[in-house]
Amino acid sequence: MSRIQTRFERLRDQGRTALIPFITAGDPSPAMTLELMHRMVAAGADLIELGVPFSDPIADGPVIQRATERALAQGVSLRDVLGIVRRFRETDSETPVVLMGYLNPIEVMGNVAFAEAAREAGMDGALIVDVPPEESHDLVDAIKAQGLDLVYLLAPTSDAARIEAIAEVASGFVYYVSVKGVTGASTLDIDEVSAKLDTIRARIALPVGVGFGIRDAATAAQVARVADAVIVGSALVGRIETLAEQGQAARIPTVIGDFLDELRTAIDATDNGGQYG
Amino acid sequence: MATRADDLAQGVPPALTAAPYQWPDACGHFGPYGGMFVPETLMHPLTELRQAYERYLADPDFLRELDADLRHYVGRPSPVYHAERWSRELGGAQLFLKREDLNHTGAHKVNNTIGQALLARRMGKTRIIAETGAGQHGVASATVAARLGLECVVYMGEVDVARQEANVYRMRLLGAEVVAVKSGTRTLKDALNEAMRDWVTNVDNTFYIIGTVAGPHPYPAMVRDFQAVIGREARGQMVEQTGRLPDVVMACVGGGSNAIGLFYPFIGDTEVAMIGVEAAGDGLDTGRHAAPLCAGEPGVLHGNRTYLMEDANGQIRETHSISAGLDYPGVGPEHAWLKDSGRATYVAVTDDEALAAFHGLTRTEGIIPALESSHALAQAAKLAPTLRKDQSILINLSGRGDKDMQTVARMDGLQL
Ligand SMILES: Cc1ncc(COP(=O)(O)O)c(C=O)c1O
Repeated sequence: MSRIQTRFERLRDQGRTALIPFITAGDPSPAMTLELMHRMVAAGADLIELGVPFSDPIADGPVIQRATERALAQGVSLRDVLGIVRRFRETDSETPVVLMGYLNPIEVMGNVAFAEAAREAGMDGALIVDVPPEESHDLVDAIKAQGLDLVYLLAPTSDAARIEAIAEVASGFVYYVSVKGVTGASTLDIDEVSAKLDTIRARIALPVGVGFGIRDAATAAQVARVADAVIVGSALVGRIETLAEQGQAARIPTVIGDFLDELRTAIDATDNGGQYG
Repeated sequence: MATRADDLAQGVPPALTAAPYQWPDACGHFGPYGGMFVPETLMHPLTELRQAYERYLADPDFLRELDADLRHYVGRPSPVYHAERWSRELGGAQLFLKREDLNHTGAHKVNNTIGQALLARRMGKTRIIAETGAGQHGVASATVAARLGLECVVYMGEVDVARQEANVYRMRLLGAEVVAVKSGTRTLKDALNEAMRDWVTNVDNTFYIIGTVAGPHPYPAMVRDFQAVIGREARGQMVEQTGRLPDVVMACVGGGSNAIGLFYPFIGDTEVAMIGVEAAGDGLDTGRHAAPLCAGEPGVLHGNRTYLMEDANGQIRETHSISAGLDYPGVGPEHAWLKDSGRATYVAVTDDEALAAFHGLTRTEGIIPALESSHALAQAAKLAPTLRKDQSILINLSGRGDKDMQTVARMDGLQL
């Protein structure tokens, strides 16, 4: 059983919803990313999504774009990101880590080389934003051959046929994009999300995480009522940016930790646990 | 679905020479290239677009409407002009120019924007968005939006906004909103990213008009089909004027829309050589160029697999060309396929060579070409003397040079 599966099963047994923070690897610095990962686990993160910087992030809004640019300005590469995961694993062998990125840097490294290096670094899964189930079957095979999970996005516009196509290839969990738009987009309509999750659950047995548009404890709690995982990205990355710009990078782990604590508390207070399976 | 590996295992396509050419496949692949490498959020809008495109490009009523607009609004057919004086001067093959510079708005771009805007209207969309580099596609989009009464937003890299002031003003006159894109390299590729983001956010009322044969399926095929009017007309005009097909067809390649528009109707004519001309900028060996087919490698950008310019970590590289319209790190996937299969050849000419051709045509024929088109002219000037006088080269004069006055004047040390 994969580390991701193990984690979700335990959460389900405990009746808890997962909290999944997303940060861009290398923002504001690779060393800080490692420290943040540990701090986020201490604050109640159940799984970590690590963004791999890419020069042309078409699915990302301005906040994550700028994080990407800060990381790229320091030359952070896919290999560097795997290096961060490897160091994280030296002291944490339980928290699953999923890479979220775009295809081109992976292909340049080589599909098989990437999959092997990722497993060896202790990575658990990948969400490759611009690879739909129709494309890149050799990469999919290479990743699966290493026993890693492949996480896919689902959108408000995904119809039953697409949900079924994704059900065929996805493992670990699926990531429901709660709004039409890019990361960091505005408001999410919880009733719409809830209705869509029913459609998804009728076709996919995996846990369903909900992200894009979770800004604070209140939205996290709302989402926790209907989702198996609450995914929060831009709200974290935005805080990182503000502090880095104010020359207060040293405070980032504390501020991020406190913010996640808040989300964790709000989620746990409303929790009715995972509903998948 | 065929993956790149599958296709390569099958070897180079006999399809291009033996059987009729039938690309892309149902999923938008041109051999191993093309496809739909997009986030799930874009899948639905692309499917909706593909269905509309398939329906209306087979709808006689739509085609009549398109044809009428191309005739009465754009001014088609554009002439094929025998550049006799220039041919004599070069002392070889006869040079013929397909005069896309005479179209309304001054370039081939409008063939495509008319087509897509009419499609947008059929789909009930009230807002169109576009990306632009030089501003030509932005102007062509703003133009058709004005005519059809559609809201229009044009994304343009901040760097390009600064260097193409006149076109920015033109778009605003036409009622479009021009958004300066501040992310990444702040040029064309980033404008395309931003337009995609707008599209996923506003898909209910918005149609995204991509300006070249790049992007995810169905864009490369759809833009090709709208631009193929160039080659269809030119093929007939050459036969009419010279009694036979040209020996060579030639066009500049940025994203590749004017080139594929000219090439496509000639693909089955295997005796006609097809040559695409990329921007070598300061020279291919300097790294400062925009020539992915000549000096890049296959990868995935903007929703399709194609040749692109990238660094060792797979990040997309900054490009350079004197012509903003060629300043793009990728290229349409069909060109990648035509290159690998050997049906077309791709070369690159430098900024200096393009400038020389710009002046050459202006002085000998009284036609001021766009700097983009000047790349094709420069290659034609190299090739012509090596051919016989009874051979012919058909060059796509994709646009006129009015927009480039400032750039060229600056080269001459003048400030307009
Ligand atoms: C006159 C002209 N020619 C060529 C191009 C390059 O585009 P494409 O390669 O798609 O024809 C442009 C782009 O702006 C242009 O304005």
